[in-house]
Amino acid sequence: MKAHIRKVATFVEETNTEMGRPINPPTRRAAAVAVIENPFAGKYVEDLSELMAIGEELGELLTLRAVAALGVPATSVESYGKAAAVGENGEIEHAAAILHPKLGAPVRRVLGKGAALIPSSKKRGGMGVALDIPLGHKDAAFVRSHFDGMEVRINDAPRANEIVVAVAVADSGRPLARVGGLTKDQIKGEDGLR
Amino acid sequence: MPEVQVRKKLTIVEEIFHEGGPSSSMPLRRAAALAVIHNPFAGAFVKDIAGFMDDLKPLGLEMARSLVAALGGDTTVVEGYGKGAIVGASGEIEHGALWHVPGGYAMREILGGAKAIVASTKKVGGPGTRLDVPITHINASYVRSHFDAMEVGLADAPRADEILLALVMTTGPRVHARVGGLKASEIKGEDGLR
Repeated sequence: MKAHIRKVATFVEETNTEMGRPINPPTRRAAAVAVIENPFAGKYVEDLSELMAIGEELGELLTLRAVAALGVPATSVESYGKAAAVGENGEIEHAAAILHPKLGAPVRRVLGKGAALIPSSKKRGGMGVALDIPLGHKDAAFVRSHFDGMEVRINDAPRANEIVVAVAVADSGRPLARVGGLTKDQIKGEDGLR
Repeated sequence: MPEVQVRKKLTIVEEIFHEGGPSSSMPLRRAAALAVIHNPFAGAFVKDIAGFMDDLKPLGLEMARSLVAALGGDTTVVEGYGKGAIVGASGEIEHGALWHVPGGYAMREILGGAKAIVASTKKVGGPGTRLDVPITHINASYVRSHFDAMEVGLADAPRADEILLALVMTTGPRVHARVGGLKASEIKGEDGLR
């Protein structure tokens, strides 16, 4: 294992009612979050390929954990997202190296498909910083009912020399989605957008 | 007494491999179950509230079972526990106290008659309030290695007329416990204290 992992946390949220209206079946989403050592903390390093390899490894591990926590077959996952928070001795580019070059492929491999861009967010911050992981439909980015966000945080991370990396999956859209736009039954699934 | 209305649930599982020291072959796992319920007493002083404790019993049992499931389904791995509540702005701290009996006895029942009092905390607060749920050994409150706490919370709860209820279970001592005191191996198990 390339990543030095200090801890892994999973979060599963289930919404049963909203504004007094029952949500049946409930909307459910899960996030898996790893706290890892930042091998490049405190110094400028030109070649970030080690972090890219860590991203590939975490893409698989975190997606497997998140799907297992959600308790559904991987093929039932409808939307996904990813995020990272770099501790104060690192740079935002470290988050980019983990998230963008190689993390996505294993996520899609675990889920079976995933034509759409995986929406992402990143920041630098101290311990307990909140990550708002963006969520979007995995096969068609324009599905409006599935635009969402999931807040996660770990009170003791990231320490200055750490990075927090998160993958979120959901088997449903927002609880009472009603602002129109492309619906999931209209997905063509060719270009990842519609 | 009113029916318990659950708006949403959150399950958190942490797996802690190390905290700067040697990695453990048996990582510490900590799980929290949160439920956001409607506060039937919000907005006015209600003198007689105690009957709501009975109404909360099924939810307590369901949350305790979900924690055991989140930790792998085997009750014998559970060594620590705790509970807590956050009451929304239109309620009072006494509403949080309603959780002591149904939350605590649910865990002790599911764990087969754990002997120690369930450590607890509570507060009144708004959405996003964080709660440090205290944790102690399930059979002997003085076991020093198992004194711990898990921070929990939800970005959108509790609303003013809600209560956030929490139960926590852990599988062992702090990851690098080394400050002496009563050890788990020295428990007499008669009085729930030592």
